[in-house]
Amino acid sequence: MLVLVVDSSTPAVTAALADVSADGVVLRASRCTVDARAHGELLAPQVDAALADVGARPADLGAIVAGLGPGPFTGLRVGLVTAATMGQVLGVPTYGVCSLDGLGQPAAASHPAAAGHSAAAGELVLAASDARRREVYWAVYDGAGQRVAGPDVAAPAVVAERARDLAVTVAVGDGAQRYADVLGLPLRAEPRYPDPLALARLAAERIRAGAPGEALTPLYLRRPDAVAATGHKPVLR
Amino acid sequence: MADEPLILGIETSCDETGVGIVRGHTLLADALASSVEEHARFGGVVPEVASRAHLEAIVPTMDRALREAGVTIADIDAIAVTSGPGLAGALLVGVAAAKGYAVAAEKPVYGVNHLAAHVAVDTLEHGPLPEPAIALLVSGGHSSLLRVDDLARGVVPLGATIDDAAGEAFDKVARLLGLPFPGGPYIDREARAGDPASIAFPRGLTAAKDLVGHRFDFSFSGLKTAVARWVEARQRAGEPVPVADVAASFQEAVCDVLVGKALDACRSSGIDTLVIGGGVAANSRLRAMAEQRAAKHGVRVRTPRPKLCTDNGAMVAALGSHLVAAGVAPSRLDLPADSAMPLTVVSV
Ligand SMILES: [Zn+2]
Repeated sequence: MLVLVVDSSTPAVTAALADVSADGVVLRASRCTVDARAHGELLAPQVDAALADVGARPADLGAIVAGLGPGPFTGLRVGLVTAATMGQVLGVPTYGVCSLDGLGQPAAASHPAAAGHSAAAGELVLAASDARRREVYWAVYDGAGQRVAGPDVAAPAVVAERARDLAVTVAVGDGAQRYADVLGLPLRAEPRYPDPLALARLAAERIRAGAPGEALTPLYLRRPDAVAATGHKPVLR
Repeated sequence: MADEPLILGIETSCDETGVGIVRGHTLLADALASSVEEHARFGGVVPEVASRAHLEAIVPTMDRALREAGVTIADIDAIAVTSGPGLAGALLVGVAAAKGYAVAAEKPVYGVNHLAAHVAVDTLEHGPLPEPAIALLVSGGHSSLLRVDDLARGVVPLGATIDDAAGEAFDKVARLLGLPFPGGPYIDREARAGDPASIAFPRGLTAAKDLVGHRFDFSFSGLKTAVARWVEARQRAGEPVPVADVAASFQEAVCDVLVGKALDACRSSGIDTLVIGGGVAANSRLRAMAEQRAAKHGVRVRTPRPKLCTDNGAMVAALGSHLVAAGVAPSRLDLPADSAMPLTVVSV
């Protein structure tokens, strides 16, 4: 089944197509552009381009997988609203996946490309993306790729302490790279941004089972900045 | 009629999630979800709260609109969406949604100007717009006077507020009087029992010296301050505040300036059609005063019914319909949301 994968939780705007079958999950096309301020401009043309890459039409899609974040809100919403509206028109289920899982899962699990670097059994991986405002979105994964802490948002120094407490030994993601000096952990170079193949794999069981789709609710983790209007200030002195 | 294009419009520039469907000039559906109650305790629209609400509301609102019109998305000929001006994060949800619909249903998409849509919506009520026309657009986010020579190609800004929007002044004065947000409807209601001539509040930018550089511009911040001073002086003197009289006198001052300048624009350009749109155009005194004074000058006022004056999807669909009929090319799929979209740009 042809599945569209979108993620806009980081500066990387990703649209990919994966084939999900009983045998496994294969990436058919992937379009990714790194630009923190153009999610709205980039994503739809990339979905179009990915479809053209494999000679498919939107109606050929059987499901849509979207990274739910956490991520900077404005960009994150672009991916989710794109997935939700396309799912509505096509009448196909939409599945949400934690975007940090798209970093931590492939980094932790054995991966040929990461031979020699893959996390040994029991080794813990910190996945961190840039949350702006000098904070990171983070989660911790065990050697099997299971999330064991997070997702949450915190200052890098706070995350470093949590990582030490949990005996994390390696970090991955653009947030980890940006704050490498504070985190003090060896870095895994890839994936720097949520990996679309991993996101598709994380939803594969639900896709194969034909599980009902879900409303795509962002993992905001932060409350909106809403300053209550102050009382009337006197103008007379 | 059935051969006229079927156009879907999406609006998310502020706190209303709107999806409208029109065929030609005929309104088929106007579905709306509002986050206004979530903003009330803040006394103004909180952008992030609005953006979150748009994301939650867009799919169900689209469902409602399609049901109401009795069509499917496959029947739609083109999708129009507000691409600006407005709140950046809020606009982006609508623009991304329009693209999602456009890509999935393989339809063209038009990114359109919110203010031009406020003008276009009148065609759903009164048919094709005589051009040229003068348009007065007044809401919580904008107060503009413009000349519409060709709604499909561009409008000419004549003037705008130099400080607060008219609707903002209503909100602030309402708060001052202990009335809820948004203030417009409450001021309107209170004012009915008040004497509009009881307090002489200032008319901003109407003095001879201001008319030189700001003939068609507005200013409401001085008026708001004058109301605040007046109310405070009463309170300090331990006297009750005559809410109805203050509301009526304040409303009279706002409407007097808006109508006066709009008719001056008509007179100076020899244009005899005035379109009034935006949320403040739902104000009953503004509507009545405009009708009354325009008649004296031989100007015909076109004001859509109140529900079409406030932000909605139908106005975007109406403008989209106008653009399709005029043969304007659709936007590219990488069209941006532009929070500061200039008035001179009707579609991108
Ligand atoms: Zn408006």
